[in-house]
Amino acid sequence: MDWGAIFGNAAVELISPTTAAYALAALGLAVHFGYTGLLNFGQAGFMALGAYGYAISILTFGFPVWGAFLVGVGASIVFALILGVPTLRLRADYLAIVTIAAAEIVRLLFTTNTFASVTGSANGLSGYKNEFAALNPLAPGRYGFGPFENNAYDTWLRIVAWSIVILAALLVWQIMRSPWGRVIKGIREDEDAVRALGKNVYAYKMQSLILGGVFGTIAGMIFALPRAVVPSNYQTTLTFFIYAILLLGGAATVLGPIIGSMIFWVLLSFFSGFVARAVEAGWLPFMTTVQGGQLRFILVGVAIMLIVIFRPQGIFGNKKELAFVR
Amino acid sequence: MLAILLLSLLTALTMATFSVSSANADEVGTEYDYTITGNVQFNGDALDGVAIALNGNGYRADTVTDADGKWAIGVPEKGTYKVTLDEDTLPDGVIVAKGGNVIEAEFGLTNRKSVNFFLGEGTRNTVNFFDQFVNRFVNGLNFGLLLALAAIGVSLIFGTTGLSNFAHAEMITFGALAALVLSVNLGLPIWLAILIAVVLSGGLGFGLDAVIWKPLRRKGVAVIPLMIVSIGLSLALRYLYQYFFGGSTSQLPGAGMRDLQFGPVSLSPIDLASMGISIVVLLAVAYFLLRTRIGKATRAVSDNPSLASASGIDVDNVIRIVWVVGAALAGLSGVLWAYFRPGVSWDMGFQMLLLVFAAVTLGGLGTAFGALVGSIIVGLFVELSTLWLPSDMKIVGALVILILVLLFRPQGILGRKERIG
Repeated sequence: MDWGAIFGNAAVELISPTTAAYALAALGLAVHFGYTGLLNFGQAGFMALGAYGYAISILTFGFPVWGAFLVGVGASIVFALILGVPTLRLRADYLAIVTIAAAEIVRLLFTTNTFASVTGSANGLSGYKNEFAALNPLAPGRYGFGPFENNAYDTWLRIVAWSIVILAALLVWQIMRSPWGRVIKGIREDEDAVRALGKNVYAYKMQSLILGGVFGTIAGMIFALPRAVVPSNYQTTLTFFIYAILLLGGAATVLGPIIGSMIFWVLLSFFSGFVARAVEAGWLPFMTTVQGGQLRFILVGVAIMLIVIFRPQGIFGNKKELAFVR
Repeated sequence: MLAILLLSLLTALTMATFSVSSANADEVGTEYDYTITGNVQFNGDALDGVAIALNGNGYRADTVTDADGKWAIGVPEKGTYKVTLDEDTLPDGVIVAKGGNVIEAEFGLTNRKSVNFFLGEGTRNTVNFFDQFVNRFVNGLNFGLLLALAAIGVSLIFGTTGLSNFAHAEMITFGALAALVLSVNLGLPIWLAILIAVVLSGGLGFGLDAVIWKPLRRKGVAVIPLMIVSIGLSLALRYLYQYFFGGSTSQLPGAGMRDLQFGPVSLSPIDLASMGISIVVLLAVAYFLLRTRIGKATRAVSDNPSLASASGIDVDNVIRIVWVVGAALAGLSGVLWAYFRPGVSWDMGFQMLLLVFAAVTLGGLGTAFGALVGSIIVGLFVELSTLWLPSDMKIVGALVILILVLLFRPQGILGRKERIG
């Protein structure tokens, strides 16, 4: 049993761009669900818009990086408006069903053969990394130490990704201490009371939906940069994983989504590495390596159930400030 | 068979309108080392201007044949590519005779690979619009009816407990998987296998209620955490199925029977049986809800649980019955869905779940008959939309309708007008 490799691979996930992307997407969901009480099940759709908005802008239209970034953000604002207008006046579970449906619409539109010349249909898109790599100020070579050693591009990607996550976390922390944040949390606790104070609840909810959605979109871009954009990555399961991270860390917290994402990915990587090697070593004779890979998804599902039932405030949450309303 | 042919024809048509037209034969991909070539001839005559499309390994290109009937496309690497001949660009009276108009090309040892299509004389099956419409309509009705079986369960559970049950998808898959194991692995006759599968599904509903939902209700867990628990349960069960059954698709016995022709409508005996079973079961459910004591009690709990409890109805018992009935209906729906798709796979229920939710929301959350109406509308819409939309977008249409209905009539078609804000 090669414990060094298992721990090494798990440690890599601690600061990988994927972890950063999930952390940022979960932070967006914390704004929606934890602070405002909006049940957004379409975070995968926001991420897909970010990834495709960025990739298509660069590949099809030849935009610079900042232009592609703005296209993705713009697309997600429009998407949030489309989602919010019909549903934000309705009960919470309507928003859940509409957002999950809208995210699937987005994914199916990117998967269909009809627009294959732009979206690459089921094969997805790749080859959009050069523009981002060209901005890299680091000299070629290797940076970091041990499991965290990477080449210049990967180091640059990690620096940018985690800087964005930290900036977003600071923004959420400050904004939730502001008068705006107090109204938002008030809406979560008692919408009618806030309405009685003369606040336009609908507008506040819409702003929250847009803010969290933009976080999700930027997370989608970070998620797409180390790999290709493939539509099957943006299924509803992605949203459920982000919910698992959010609930693990604590829904109405700033640090919860970030630490939650680190714990989630390190544990997942450790677990799949361990099971794969244990199967190879013959410790688990009733299981194949493929089945070992599926076992972790079963555990994610069970973990979601157990957290919600036994520790609904997550690791960092405050029991008094429960995320679940109504 | 005809339906599949029509579908592929429609896709081909729409693809042709959208795909960017290409350059000449000898101009595509000349910068690459590897080339796929071909020669399109019919009875020794070269065919000019036939469109060829290539797709694979993240690369795509298209071209047309030149005056000699020849075409060539350069590709970046050795690998497997899908080569498609656009049948619409063939002259009248010529079709791809065998092997279909899509060929998988894989490179051997050399840097060139030649791909040839077998052309033959014949006419393509074009059916007039009215016949297509009637055919799709009947198929849509069939799909809507099987959707309704699942949707009524979702709606009853929502009505009595307030839970939007995401794990319903896995209850649908359970029925199909149970029928598969009983009929194929244990060799039972299919009617008995389906009957036992439905009973087992009901047992699953009973078990889930007893082990998970009843204790959580006792604990006083709110509706939204319950919904997230159901998502976790759905995820765990779905991958548990994949763990045991793998990612492949298997067929139930009798799937893929020959279609019978009724005028323009082609239906297999299975489709007919499926519609018959759906209608009988739905009528039985309607009788249960409207005429029996326990059905009336169910509707009372749906209306107002506290009042129902105060008037002496055993709410827990009603909810248990709703779970058993809902799960049994979902299991039956799963078996019929396995014949309709066709095939049994680990995530088949999840593929249908959003359409079930769309149907329930469309009809009005919590109303059983609304779910029936909503399901039939969704089923018809999904199938009829393939007349205009490419088949891989048919679900998109149904989901768009869902959002539009919420915009204009949020309480659903049969829902009561009340404040849901």
